[in-house]
Amino acid sequence: MNRPTALGLALLLVAAAPPPPGASSCSGCHGGALPLAGREAMQTTETLLAFRSGERPSTVMGRIAKGFDPSELGLIAAWWAAEK
Amino acid sequence: MIRRRQVLAGGLAAPFVAKAQARARVVVVGGGFGGATAARFLRRYDPALDVTLLEPNTVFTVCPFSNLVIAGGRDFAAQRFGYDAVRAEGVAVVHAAATTIDTAARTVMAANGTRYPYDRLVLSPGIDIVWSGLAGYDEAAASKMPHAWKAGEQTLLLRRQLEAMPDGGTVVMSVPPNPYRCPPGPYERASLIAWYLTKHKPKSKILVLDAKDAFSKQKLFQAAWKQLYPGLLEWVSLSDGGKVTRVDPASLTFETEFGSHKADVGIVVPPQRAGAIAAGAGVADRSGWCPIDPMTFESRLVPGIHVIGDAAIAGAMPKSAFAANAQAKVCAAAVVSLLNGKKPDEPRLINTCYSLVAPEYGISVAGVYRPANGVLADIEGAGGTSPPDAPAEQRIQEAMFGEQWFATITAEVFG
Ligand SMILES: Cc1cc2nc3c(=O)[nH]c(=O)nc-3n(C[C@H](O)[C@H](O)[C@H](O)COP(=O)(O)OP(=O)(O)OC[C@H]3O[C@@H](n4cnc5c(N)ncnc54)[C@H](O)[C@@H]3O)c2cc1C
Repeated sequence: MNRPTALGLALLLVAAAPPPPGASSCSGCHGGALPLAGREAMQTTETLLAFRSGERPSTVMGRIAKGFDPSELGLIAAWWAAEK
Repeated sequence: MIRRRQVLAGGLAAPFVAKAQARARVVVVGGGFGGATAARFLRRYDPALDVTLLEPNTVFTVCPFSNLVIAGGRDFAAQRFGYDAVRAEGVAVVHAAATTIDTAARTVMAANGTRYPYDRLVLSPGIDIVWSGLAGYDEAAASKMPHAWKAGEQTLLLRRQLEAMPDGGTVVMSVPPNPYRCPPGPYERASLIAWYLTKHKPKSKILVLDAKDAFSKQKLFQAAWKQLYPGLLEWVSLSDGGKVTRVDPASLTFETEFGSHKADVGIVVPPQRAGAIAAGAGVADRSGWCPIDPMTFESRLVPGIHVIGDAAIAGAMPKSAFAANAQAKVCAAAVVSLLNGKKPDEPRLINTCYSLVAPEYGISVAGVYRPANGVLADIEGAGGTSPPDAPAEQRIQEAMFGEQWFATITAEVFG
């Protein structure tokens, strides 16, 4: 039998944790063609920060990312990384 | 959460058995965007919960994109969703309307004659039309002058009327004062009807009689109308005499303080309030809508009842399917916390609403919200509309994102 790794366990714990503020709204649009679940946390955080600063052009994500500070965006990204 | 599961698993001693049988019960009323989402996420956030969803319809017809059905650009079948996936999540879906709520005994009586006890109740009944709110407009009038503000037979009726209208006809639509379901909805509808007329009945006109001087995404809509439908779509503001005071369904006439307008197709976006069950439960105030605590969506008037979606007074959040879905998830998490004796976290919510000015011309408005001074308030510096000067490709892209949003949200709620 496979024994869960420490990382696996940590992810399980995060996945079971309630979503941090704002995170549960994302799946209104994200899923299907625009998945967030399981996406690497650093990568998502950097993308969100680039939307927030305007460095990365967007239609709507810039307007949304501005509603969070960088640490909040990091928590959201980490939670989604642990989702299946 | 964990405590109750342990009790369930190891419930050997007699007092624990008694507890184990008393699984916390949540009843959800209304299987639309808010209610179906809440029921599913309650089960996800606490698999030990006993969740019952009361909804009279076996098939739900969604409003988003129904304006495109009305304009002939989309199949009605694409609007229809069943409840199999909600059931598969472990929700007891009962196809019966809630008729009375006993807030002292904490029970819901349903039209099937069964009484459903609850520890917490979530109401997402959407809107009801205030039939006394516009002189001349009653249920019979709606079969002559459709509202199509609850999707279904009304959507198809309006579609048929537009198809039957001869070229050179006039479509008239009245729009009520705020608040009402889907603030940009009337203007999306006017746009898509104009698109249909331009293509098929170019000598026709659409006149929008408004009880307001300003509306959602106004600059974007008006710029697009000038570009796409010059001379065909006319918007009359409150100040210019747009407020409709009476309708006559027999002659399809709209009366305003400034005169009257005869229609070939007459559409009434009627005044609205929270679904009737909200008033019955005592959670609606004199405005007809339901004041809530923005932390938990619990009613300000009756403890143990949470109100989400269009029925709620959600501060700066508009009455949209996106908002109802986002509120449902926050409410579900709060209900689970409260049932487990924990303090709910302060939430943050997002809304994004896409509107089509034409099938390949989309615009959006977004917002981020948090509780402040007892209401859900806009976070300054975030949100807003699509830019007024965006290139055509961005409008095409936003139309596409709108469609993707529809696919994703309907999959999360019903799929
Ligand atoms: C033309 C139009 C276009 C729209 N376009 C968009 C859009 O593009 N994007 C967007 O985000 N929103 C859009 N909306 C708004 C969206 O449809 C609503 O905001 C959304 O449906 C609200 O969800 P809700 O759960 O509050 O109500 P609903 O989704 O209406 O669900 C309410 C449910 O409760 C049930 N119910 C009522 N009373 C009882 C009772 N006593 N017992 C049991 N069940 C009951 C009803 O049968 C219904 O199924 C649009 C609306 C319209 C009219």
